[in-house]
Amino acid sequence: MAKQSLIGLFEKADSAADAMDGFNNGGYELGSFDVLTGTPYPEGAFGEHVPQHRLFRFPAFGAIVGFTLAVFLTAGTQIAYPLVTGGKPILSIFAMLIIMYEMTMLAGVIATVVGIIFESRLPNLAPGVYDKRITEGLIGVVVTVDNDSKVKDAQKILEKAGAIEVKHS
Amino acid sequence: MQQRRDLNQVHTNKVLLNGQLNVPKWWAPTVALLGIMVLIGFTAIGIMVNKGLGVTGLSRPVYWGLFITTFVFWVGISHAGIMISAILRLTQAEWRRPVTRAAELLTVFSLLTALFFPLMHAGRPWRIIYYIIPYDFSRGIYPNIRSPLIWDPVAISTYLTGSTLFLYVALIPDLGNLRDRTTGWKNALYTILALGWRGNPRQWQMQTIGGILLSALMLPIFVSVHSIVSWDFAIIPSVEGWHSTIFAPYFVIGAVHSGVSAVVTMMALMRWLWKWDDFIRPEHFDALARLLIVVATAWLGFTFLELIFAVYGLDAPELALREMQIFHWPWNLLFIIFLFTGYIIPVGMWLFKSVRSNIALMFWSSILVNIGMWLERYLIIVPGLARKQPFVFTWEAYRPSGLEWLILVWSFAWVTFLMLLFSRFFPLVPLFEQKESQVFTDDVKIGRAKVPAIIREID
Repeated sequence: MAKQSLIGLFEKADSAADAMDGFNNGGYELGSFDVLTGTPYPEGAFGEHVPQHRLFRFPAFGAIVGFTLAVFLTAGTQIAYPLVTGGKPILSIFAMLIIMYEMTMLAGVIATVVGIIFESRLPNLAPGVYDKRITEGLIGVVVTVDNDSKVKDAQKILEKAGAIEVKHS
Repeated sequence: MQQRRDLNQVHTNKVLLNGQLNVPKWWAPTVALLGIMVLIGFTAIGIMVNKGLGVTGLSRPVYWGLFITTFVFWVGISHAGIMISAILRLTQAEWRRPVTRAAELLTVFSLLTALFFPLMHAGRPWRIIYYIIPYDFSRGIYPNIRSPLIWDPVAISTYLTGSTLFLYVALIPDLGNLRDRTTGWKNALYTILALGWRGNPRQWQMQTIGGILLSALMLPIFVSVHSIVSWDFAIIPSVEGWHSTIFAPYFVIGAVHSGVSAVVTMMALMRWLWKWDDFIRPEHFDALARLLIVVATAWLGFTFLELIFAVYGLDAPELALREMQIFHWPWNLLFIIFLFTGYIIPVGMWLFKSVRSNIALMFWSSILVNIGMWLERYLIIVPGLARKQPFVFTWEAYRPSGLEWLILVWSFAWVTFLMLLFSRFFPLVPLFEQKESQVFTDDVKIGRAKVPAIIREID
């Protein structure tokens, strides 16, 4: 049987947390069930697994790349056309620092945004089962199963926790 | 007094998406009128590019006039976004929620507008590409990185790119919301832009941490941008009144003053036009006015420091310039208007709680600030150039031409036009932040008082 997804819709955070507990205790694989909300909830509100991420590496990497490019651009252009103005050195460190700073920050910001999108697992081309009422305040608990008995079991867990509706993919 | 109301998410969607899901009656005529003004403005720009800078009032020795004044003004306004959004996000100030998106948007559109002015001012706009991209490979000539004319585009493009990305990242959850509320081509557009957003804990975690991280990265950029704009003037030793070490912090604090005031103007308009009384409340204006009193007073300190430095140095040409700025016609009138509109009237008003909570008064006082702040830039830029310099054979007062005034008016119409266009497709108040506020806030009873308690996650 192909994989099948179910979504249970809840009005209360407590009920959604009960459903998550049900899947946790029912031997469901971590990552096969998730909670969907229309707004951020405090971490662990649904007893969910706290996701690990590497977001902080992205700005650091971006900054290094930006700084390196800036050194090449500022030094390279001045050495390529060594025009002395006002008796100032060709490689004028303070003037170069301004451009290096901006380029370092720019690449840091771009890399951070790439990091946020990547770590959010976006773009998600196959979002799977979903309900539009999630952005109206309902809480969705999604579970993916791969056999019929599991489908029935998952539905039972969702209904027992108080889902107002259970939808299949 | 408690102004916050418990609102459910359906109501929040209905009210805050009323600009996208139901077009207000005033929207189309206003956009059409602004569109005509924008077209007239672009025609004026076209005439100037075609005929040359001779159609402006710019002439020896005043080469920098209305265009550069307006450029500095719009760069200043752009500081509102990051000031409000980043600082308040970093400090987790609860009252930031309805303000952040509009402030970030103002940053993006005012920076875009600011960029037009040096382009126009160059006379032959296409040549400015050379300053940005060293394209003249055949002769091996590259932009001189020792010039602030290179620092400026680098800093502003960094700020513009960063602000646009910052705006987009925080918009993704609301794009998911719009996707869920629309059909047809709009649904297709929002589906693409939302990137498959679902709202799982990982995605919310990235929104929260990413928002704080980007705020921390954008803050130093915001300080550097207006510092660099100030160095366009400050590193020129030959113009009295410009060559000053206090220009960087003076410009930054002035930019925050004018930018936050512009946010107040915009918030009042948003409350009136879209009827967002439940979301943009008097308490937000009160908080912004308190902030503005501090910022304005710090800015006034720098204004006087600038004058004190001139008096203390007893440098005869600079003293003559200050005398001209403050006592000679017509600069004296402009100076008085600048001082009264930039500080004395608005700050005098904001000292009263009744004014801070009165949206109409806050609206008009914030407009006054920006009249004053535009004049401040004009008084910095033009008198220094207009005054007779030693060994200069021509000098005369600068009178901006009608075309320059038209382009100045265009810039205001253009920013408003862009904001209204944006409001037709994207929400001006972050919905998910509003909803988060409802989830994270609860009323607790302490004795007989009921007060809101806000959950704050530390890590």
